[in-house]
Amino acid sequence: MTRVLVTGASGMLGGATARALLAAGHDVRTFQRRPSGVAGVDDVRGDLTDPAAVGAAVDGCDAVVHLAAKVTITGPEAEFHRVNVGGTRLLLDAARAAGVGRFVQVSSPSVAHVGRSLVGAPAGPAEPERARDPYARTKAEAELLALAADAPGFRVIAVRPHVVWGPGDTQLVGRIVDRARAGRLPVLGTGAPLIDTTYVDNAADALAAAVAAPEGSFGAAYVVSNGEPRPVLELVRDICRACGAPEPWRRVPAPLVRAAGALLDTAWAHLPLPGEPPITRFVAEQLSTAHWFDQRTTREALGWAPRVSLDEGIARLAAASRR
Amino acid sequence: MTSDPARRSAPATPPPAGLPGLDPRWSRVVDAAGSSWHVLDNGPTLAAEPVGTLLAVHGNPTWSYLWRTLVAAGARAERPWRVVAVDQLGMGFSARDERVRALAERVAELGALTEALQLTGPVVTAGHDWGGVVSLGWAVAHRDALAGVVLLNTAVHQPLHEHPPIALRPAMVPALRRLVTVTTPKFLDTTLALAHPRLDRERRAAFRAPYLEAARREAIGDFVADIPAVAGHVSRPALDVVADGVRGLDVPALLLWGARDPVFSDRFLDDLLDRLPHADLHRFPRAGHLVAEDVDMAGAVMHWLDVRGLGLDASAEPAAMGGRHRAPDVAEPAALAGGHAGVAPATPDPVVPAPDAIEPAAATPAPPGPWRPMTAVLDERAGDPGLALVELRGGTSRHVSWRLLARRVDELARGLATLGIRPGDRVAVLVPPGADLTGVLYACLRLGAVVVVADAGLGVQGLSRAVRSARPKAVVGIERALLAARTLRWAPLLVASGPVHRGVREALGVDATLAEVADLGRAGDGELPTPAPDDEAAVLFTSGSTGPAKGVVYTHRGLAAMRDAVAATYSIGPGSPFVAAFAPFALLGPSLGATSVSPDMDVTAPRTLTAAALAEAVRAVDGAVVFASPAAIAGVLATADALGADERSALGAVRTFLSAGAPVPRALLERLATLLPAARLHTPYGMTEMLPVTDVSLDELVDAGDGDGVCVGRPVAGARVEISALDAEGAATGTPSTEPGLTGEILVTGPHRKARYDRLWLTEQASSRDAGRHRTGDVGHLDATGRLWVEGRLDHVVVTAQGVLTPVGIEQRVDALGGVARSAAVGVGPRGTQQLVVVVEPDESVHVAGVLADEGTAAAVRAVTPHPVAAVLARRRLPTDVRHDSKIDRAALAHWAEGVLSGRRA
Repeated sequence: MTRVLVTGASGMLGGATARALLAAGHDVRTFQRRPSGVAGVDDVRGDLTDPAAVGAAVDGCDAVVHLAAKVTITGPEAEFHRVNVGGTRLLLDAARAAGVGRFVQVSSPSVAHVGRSLVGAPAGPAEPERARDPYARTKAEAELLALAADAPGFRVIAVRPHVVWGPGDTQLVGRIVDRARAGRLPVLGTGAPLIDTTYVDNAADALAAAVAAPEGSFGAAYVVSNGEPRPVLELVRDICRACGAPEPWRRVPAPLVRAAGALLDTAWAHLPLPGEPPITRFVAEQLSTAHWFDQRTTREALGWAPRVSLDEGIARLAAASRR
Repeated sequence: MTSDPARRSAPATPPPAGLPGLDPRWSRVVDAAGSSWHVLDNGPTLAAEPVGTLLAVHGNPTWSYLWRTLVAAGARAERPWRVVAVDQLGMGFSARDERVRALAERVAELGALTEALQLTGPVVTAGHDWGGVVSLGWAVAHRDALAGVVLLNTAVHQPLHEHPPIALRPAMVPALRRLVTVTTPKFLDTTLALAHPRLDRERRAAFRAPYLEAARREAIGDFVADIPAVAGHVSRPALDVVADGVRGLDVPALLLWGARDPVFSDRFLDDLLDRLPHADLHRFPRAGHLVAEDVDMAGAVMHWLDVRGLGLDASAEPAAMGGRHRAPDVAEPAALAGGHAGVAPATPDPVVPAPDAIEPAAATPAPPGPWRPMTAVLDERAGDPGLALVELRGGTSRHVSWRLLARRVDELARGLATLGIRPGDRVAVLVPPGADLTGVLYACLRLGAVVVVADAGLGVQGLSRAVRSARPKAVVGIERALLAARTLRWAPLLVASGPVHRGVREALGVDATLAEVADLGRAGDGELPTPAPDDEAAVLFTSGSTGPAKGVVYTHRGLAAMRDAVAATYSIGPGSPFVAAFAPFALLGPSLGATSVSPDMDVTAPRTLTAAALAEAVRAVDGAVVFASPAAIAGVLATADALGADERSALGAVRTFLSAGAPVPRALLERLATLLPAARLHTPYGMTEMLPVTDVSLDELVDAGDGDGVCVGRPVAGARVEISALDAEGAATGTPSTEPGLTGEILVTGPHRKARYDRLWLTEQASSRDAGRHRTGDVGHLDATGRLWVEGRLDHVVVTAQGVLTPVGIEQRVDALGGVARSAAVGVGPRGTQQLVVVVEPDESVHVAGVLADEGTAAAVRAVTPHPVAAVLARRRLPTDVRHDSKIDRAALAHWAEGVLSGRRA
């Protein structure tokens, strides 16, 4: 039995990962600012940027799954950097010092996404200098940092779940449903670009599998997804329908929205505006270009395959939203 | 050797770093012949002792960069070749000096260089453009070391009575030459613009790199001045030595020829083949002068070296093998994987040796039985007044007896011989089915002339490309065909199949009409030679629905076997007159001894066959058997309502109806069955390379029911069908097998298989890589009862991470849905991790909005497809091939789908 530390377990994926690890027979400790809400874990609370708290969290652990990050779409870049880069560095150092043997860095495909279509793409190298927004930029930097720390005795693996969603999801599902209800969810262009996503339980399984992955799989990054790309319009429509929200109907030319997004990015970055911009360039790009990945390497390296199909995931989402 | 003291000298240097495809380790500077040379030499990069040396010589105005892919390919792990690609002096990065060189000096200097380089083992030369001449000059002078020659678009002979190529003429006018070749880089840039597809910016820059200033371009002008186009030219004797010496070369030779070359046209190719008749030739229809850039030249050369056994036994002395010989077809150490060379539209032709070659046991071909020539029946029935053929056209009819046909064939054969057609000469025939076509075809068979047949449905351009590639000596055709033949220069000799107006005749330069040929024949009474069974008899062109039409060569024995297969499968012989509404079978009638009738229709547009015209044809000969194409069936069904009682009763007498040419939808056959109540409906499966392969009746089709693909029945007598299973990458690498349920490429064998492809050596190698078998490019499987099911084209399989999918079975399920007219199953994304996408063409009644199919259709498609479908798209009209309007262009659709599904505009 191994003891695994899960950071950021109050989030949807973090909680699911802690449960998946428990189910796999591990001893699980969770670490984040709020209570993790996961039954059966040793819940340690603290800030990722606090060296003492981090030191206490890793103490006695054999492995770490690092999910905690600042994930909002906008915000001051320094704040992203402090949490996503500074926090990761601190955790890496503390883990190594505490004798942790395996470190799973949870990353994002956006670290290698430069706005072009990804069609059956491999997991490219993280490129902070080319990433499109503060989140992607700092996550790219953090991934490079983590993989550079990979060494005999302290093995590091990076896993990039692609667009994770599920019941209780405030990121993808929450935003789609909110905008649909506000009548602000247009269809960009043809709505045809193929987009792959990851149902939350599959992503959690993949992270749990990464902890136990074969030695040879470490030192590299892997994109994780359902491997079921769908036209973006179908995906958004099915999510809206599952959650009882109105379906998108207005068609807007994609280049126009990308330009508007770029403009709004600038406005929100320089002006004291509340909340999030209605659309960012990054989101506009995500919705008007294809992104799906070659999953063969990932599945072999992690010894993992998704258990919940896209259609089953949508059904579970609908069931959860009816409750 | 003259000299020009005004010229600036400079020593050889290595090329600048970073040129695409060039490894700096290859570059060497060598002193020889009193000058310094830059050569590419992969010697230092070889992991093992090379089996031989390839000596590659560039032309004007390129440099050794042209051979970079070959230099790289030679350094393979198994049986590596040392590749030495030289920069001729004054060219590339070799030295510049004051000397003006002529051909003889260049050959001598190359010899001095190879001595300095100490080439070891057998040497195979390779040359392009004027480098071809220099390399052959070296070859002729080094017979003891020579093991083979490779030539890309080049020439060793410039006849004085012919003009040099138009494209070269400006550069050959002395007053202009310097301006075009040296002062400006015009000649260089023009040459680089000849690549198909265009060279990218980096490669163009690399070719220009050694020639950035006029002072470095002096030798470009010298080369042009050295073309011995006039009598008394200083290089004329040297060229003659090379040209004559080439005739004595008995080593294996490979010609890789770009057909779209304004400089080295086919007449130079003919000249080379005349000097090297044993050469292996692949003529790339879409490549041009820079054939090394347009196709995978290096892959082709390495494959050829292996097939011809060069370097397999380095200790053998190649030149010691006496006499002109063909190297034996050694057990193939490397097989061509995938694609047919020469058909890729925009990318270099794939010629990739597969790493793990398969060596299947040879299929056991039927022992060649007693041979009965195609013309045997005509000889036997030369006195028979019975009806041989009937031609119905626009209310008139022509009845020809066996006696008349036999005499006519004999006269035409003799007449053609008098006109200068010799056995082995090719004669393109562009005449609609009927008495004239039959007469000419059998006359050629009698004479031993090789009939070239291409379908007018290819369009003028496709037809012209096909006919010209076969290099016929004569064209026999209707007026329209002769117009194209003269304008597009198909052949030196033109024969009109019917009477032509005098004015037209003079304008087109028609040499004779068929009537005149027959008259000539009546006058001649010498013995006609008898063709041998294994002599070439015909070149039949494929339909060209999957790229440029390919010429398929049949021997007399092969044609006779086709006749026998049709006779055995459909019980056709003297007692069974038939209606030939499908051209290829019209030609078999006289050889089968069966009376045949061609109905009143435009054979290039089979849909023009009406039910009434078919009934008239059946009545004319009491036809019990009808051959027609699917389009002709559609025409018959569309006009069936207009039939009178007499006509209906005539059709009621039809015993066998055979639909050939493309798969026939079952529904169409079932409708036809009501019109022909007594007929057994049959559909053969086959291709230009072997017809028929299998046959199925409508009853059997009904019995077989639904399955994965289209059921085409069981092999006909003498034919054998095997499957080469697909691997996880979708390549047909399996050992030929008859195991039921195994999906893979369909391999066919039989005495009526093609002899080979014409002038497509690489394609022939790829299609015949399993001894005795032809790879069809179709995929399918055999079922437990031995029936063959066709599942699509090998090029169209979808290779997902979960496995390989074939399109036809999926499309059949989707086509059966309400609201769907037809559909295509294609893959998007990289092979190996492709996603399955279904594109539907909805019924006319359904409105198509956007590129995504409506929700209901998408759900229905997913429900009937046993594999995950990433997207269901809709198009008002699916693209189809020009030829049949029935084969859906899945490649074009896949490209379109990949575009819209990645966010590009529809």
